[in-house]
Amino acid sequence: MSPRWRRSHDGVNGRLPMSSEGGVIGGPTHPEGPLTLAVPRGALFSETLDLLDAAGVDTAPARGDSRSLIFHTDEMTLVTMRPSDVPTYVEAGAADVGITGKDVLLEQSDRVVYELLDLGYGRCRMVLAGRRGDERLGESQRRLGMMRIATKYPRIAERYFEGTGRQIELIEVKGSVELAPLIGLADGIVDLVATGRTLAENDLEVREEIVDCTARLVANRVAHKLRAAEVDDLTARLRAASQVGGGR
Amino acid sequence: MTIVRRMIHPIPPGTRDVLPDEMRELRRLNRRLVDVFEDAGYGEVATPAIEYDEVLSRGDRPSSASPYRFFDENGDLLALRSDMTVPIARLVATRFADAPLPLRLCYLASAYRAVLPQRGEMREFVQAGIELIGEPGPDGTAEVIGVLEAALDAAGLDRAVIGLGDADLYRGLLEEFGVEGEARDAVLDRLATHDLVGLGIALEAAGIGATAAETCIALSQLRGGSEVLDRARELGGEAVERTVVRLQETYETLVDRGTAERVQIDFGLLRDLGYYSGAIFEVYDPAVGHVLGGGGRYDDFLSGFGLDLPAAGFSLYLERVHVAQMEEESRRRERAAADV
Repeated sequence: MSPRWRRSHDGVNGRLPMSSEGGVIGGPTHPEGPLTLAVPRGALFSETLDLLDAAGVDTAPARGDSRSLIFHTDEMTLVTMRPSDVPTYVEAGAADVGITGKDVLLEQSDRVVYELLDLGYGRCRMVLAGRRGDERLGESQRRLGMMRIATKYPRIAERYFEGTGRQIELIEVKGSVELAPLIGLADGIVDLVATGRTLAENDLEVREEIVDCTARLVANRVAHKLRAAEVDDLTARLRAASQVGGGR
Repeated sequence: MTIVRRMIHPIPPGTRDVLPDEMRELRRLNRRLVDVFEDAGYGEVATPAIEYDEVLSRGDRPSSASPYRFFDENGDLLALRSDMTVPIARLVATRFADAPLPLRLCYLASAYRAVLPQRGEMREFVQAGIELIGEPGPDGTAEVIGVLEAALDAAGLDRAVIGLGDADLYRGLLEEFGVEGEARDAVLDRLATHDLVGLGIALEAAGIGATAAETCIALSQLRGGSEVLDRARELGGEAVERTVVRLQETYETLVDRGTAERVQIDFGLLRDLGYYSGAIFEVYDPAVGHVLGGGGRYDDFLSGFGLDLPAAGFSLYLERVHVAQMEEESRRRERAAADV
């Protein structure tokens, strides 16, 4: 296989090298090979595989403890990655379709991907939280006209406070954001909450709810046009499977 | 280990120098495209990169307004063009107002847009395209698409596809459903970004009922060959009917001209430039995930420059076409190697 270039100047990436054994050759204008689906590792991983199974996509190769990142099934290539990388791969067309959380899509709203379906699972809330019984948030807002907010979601936080007319000092952290208000780095945090257990264990409580998030199916805009039949078929099967699953 | 020197005299992010290896290929591509345009009867023109802001902003919509404005020595406000359609409208109105119609012009020119940080987007990029002025649809539209097909062939992109849609569809449809104001903008915004989950929510908020909402969502997913015209018709309504008739006429004209093969009819197509009306199109190549170019009809646009003439055109992003060329070339090489 010849080396592939990556052209950085205009953000157009090549496709991931795909196996050629598929041998599915369409007419002159048909894309080749199996559809590539970006699958999120982490919290959404097992439910995503369950849903794909229910939709008739064989995910057996991706289960088990293989360190591989790419798995071939009969009809599809599954590429596993961090949820926050899914929009990147799908936008560039390296993956034709992908599954990731709405929180990721909101945080990366400048990525051009088509959002096709609410899959219903992985439900969690983006919230503003502060220390239980502590009035730092309110006091900073009232006396200083400004709150210090730590978060892993700077754009969602920025948009939310801008939209509600409040000034904040945004502190972006990469790791456990709960730590920030406990040791005085921030007055409060904006974070994703599923069960609320992590908050409770760190003596934090929800003050405001920002947005509800679930897993979403997204597509590359060119793949959505040029592989219309395959994308529509997968969407229909996932819709049916997610409704049976009672996600919504 | 390669040691890369730091640039002593930097250039702004989103701009670049083109060195001989690339320039040679770009020049070859340029020449092929302009030859196709000239052969089809389109004369090449050039306009200044800087114009009066007041003239350029007759493009009217935020997306076509220039992000680069500055004052000249007289205190006049100038701007860098963000595409070529507006300058050519200005040129036609001032220099060809009484010329015999239709007018056929082409260009190969740099344009300038704002960029998102860290996304590798280009502030300065080259567009190659044509404008056909004074020839109404569907004949005019079909001619423009024919030239676009010839240009893609000349570039060696034999797998490229042209999506054909209608810019007026959703405006008409929402009017029919009685959706106005903010609710209408919210729906159009979700359609433009193709956020179907958000679209469902926006339609529900607009309060138009489940059937109408489903019609709207189903329409946005209709794309394919001429069979989608029938499927759209089944969804009913005047706006849909108008669009179907118009697309069908255009499509049949393309079939008559033998240039329908690459065309995919797409009811979900929306272009973000505000001046389009009627037919719109976009160009895709399976080897790259980005749109290579697009165009459409802008029949009402020239009236802003005092000319009441129908018009249509397209532009290709030269650098992206070059990327697609290289991807297609390496694909052909790989396949040839696999066949041995």
